[in-house]
Amino acid sequence: MGFYVLRRLLQMVPVFLGTTFLIYALVWAVPGDPFEGKCGERDCPAAYVSAMRDKFNLDDPLLVQYGKYLGNLARGDFGETSAGLAVGERIATAFPVTLRLALVALLIEAVIGITAGVVSGLRNRGFLDSLVLVSTLFLISIPVFVTGYVVQLVFGLQLGLISPTVTSPTWGNLIVPGFVLASLSMAYVARLSRASIAENRRADYVRTALAKGLPQKRVVGVHMLRNSLIPVITFLGTDLGAFLGGAIVTEGIFNVPGVGGLVYRSILTKDGAMVTGVVTVLVLVYLLMTLLVDMLYAVLDPRIRYD
Amino acid sequence: MTDQIAVLAPDKPRGLFGDAWHALRSRPLFWVSTSLILLVVLMAVFPSLFTAADPGLAQLSRSRQPPSSDAWFGFDNQGYDIYARVIHGARASIVVGVLATAGVVVLGSTIGILAGFYGRWLDAVVSRIADIFVGVPFVLGAIVILTTLNASGGAGPVRIVAQVVLSLVVLSWPVSMRIMRSTAIAAKQQDYVKAARALGASPRRIIFKHMLPNCVAPVLVYSTIALGAFIGVEATLSYLGIGLRQPVVSWGVMINSAKDYLRVAPHALLFPAGFLTATVLAFVMLGDAVREALDPKLR
Repeated sequence: MGFYVLRRLLQMVPVFLGTTFLIYALVWAVPGDPFEGKCGERDCPAAYVSAMRDKFNLDDPLLVQYGKYLGNLARGDFGETSAGLAVGERIATAFPVTLRLALVALLIEAVIGITAGVVSGLRNRGFLDSLVLVSTLFLISIPVFVTGYVVQLVFGLQLGLISPTVTSPTWGNLIVPGFVLASLSMAYVARLSRASIAENRRADYVRTALAKGLPQKRVVGVHMLRNSLIPVITFLGTDLGAFLGGAIVTEGIFNVPGVGGLVYRSILTKDGAMVTGVVTVLVLVYLLMTLLVDMLYAVLDPRIRYD
Repeated sequence: MTDQIAVLAPDKPRGLFGDAWHALRSRPLFWVSTSLILLVVLMAVFPSLFTAADPGLAQLSRSRQPPSSDAWFGFDNQGYDIYARVIHGARASIVVGVLATAGVVVLGSTIGILAGFYGRWLDAVVSRIADIFVGVPFVLGAIVILTTLNASGGAGPVRIVAQVVLSLVVLSWPVSMRIMRSTAIAAKQQDYVKAARALGASPRRIIFKHMLPNCVAPVLVYSTIALGAFIGVEATLSYLGIGLRQPVVSWGVMINSAKDYLRVAPHALLFPAGFLTATVLAFVMLGDAVREALDPKLR
């Protein structure tokens, strides 16, 4: 296992370098002046521009720039934006909010998705099964921003049940945005667990357990669930990585002060240092999540051994 | 004896696609989704069949008027006829979806089948490059690419659409490449490929004549679902203000301009959102039906 983890970590290095270089090149190699509009209505003074070009090493060739950036990163220095804000600090304040939102979404997704999937998988071709199939079809088809606005409009503005925007990111306030964020994946989780349960229902070990005279509850809750949930948990793990990077839309609609809003604003204002910093963190999180999921796989299913 | 064989095989044997078509014909889901798709395609090709109003006519005097018998869906903040714009918006969404899917399928499966067939260093290099593109969060990557491309300022409708298609293809080709690669690796071990090779067929002939027809089904299933997904992603990017934009009319563009007036004119947002959802739903349903027909395990 240790050897496997080491090999995977080594394999991650080129992917990490490639992805961050891709983003770095896209952000900094943009045609046009990166400091346009940074000084209000007038053009930036030459002294400011040359100081900034020096600060971000813009006069070096692209590879050298990237190398210097990586060197700073290795020392834990994310650099400063052109306005002088420390990128690392901003990420450190925004990231916990996004993480909290992602965890809320993951919990909602897991509970509702797995329950719906198990219930419909156990009753093949019944009313409940069709209901789950049709509603997942709808959930998959509605883009997240439509769900977000409809929820905000109906529950926030017309019925007044919830606050339309998140004023402070406490756990309770994040339930509605988390629900919106989770809506799409919830459908996939339900379908995945339904297929998995339906497949395992006819497995030999289930028949053995039933023949032994175990109560239905135990057969489903212990024997079937543990075996059926392996693909679902893999999906949930990758999804957590995706939530952390893809909450731009949900955070924008509900005004959640997280990483998504931060990176979106930075891209629009051409704040290169902030964009590269955030994307680097997100790529790192995503890569570590995939590794974690693969390791979890081996823990849950003793038949899988990485040696 | 011959009679028995004739009974066992009443007509000429069907291939995989003949079988799939036979299974599809009896599914109501398939017919519902295809008729919905046909309707949307008709809207995209001949919008004048559905509406005579001009989608580009903005009159502030009728700003935010609710739906009435004259204008079925009402007017938005700029005084555009929402019904006319929803009908005319189908074209941009369909064009982006179809072109992006075609690009992803052609690029991804070409690279995938070559990597699967030749293996070795080509496979290793291509797979690592695919890993890099998968590692970029999708929406984030699309935003960065599109802001870079948008930097040059004013662009015509063709260029705007091409940029969105390009960014979707660049970020999604690894998915179809991986599907094609794994199918190609499995097909390479099959006897018919070995037989063709023993008969002295060139790699080119093996790939085109023998492997491609046997490997295309999984990618085909993916492409139907992806088409719906791409339409949704296009709307998301347009909603964020960096995908399609004026002068192109699309559902995402309409939602983007309606979102700031949600409190006073919710109909300007709900109608395009409804059309968008119905279209994506049709493609997802079709994908579901096609997958069930093509995958014998699910029958």
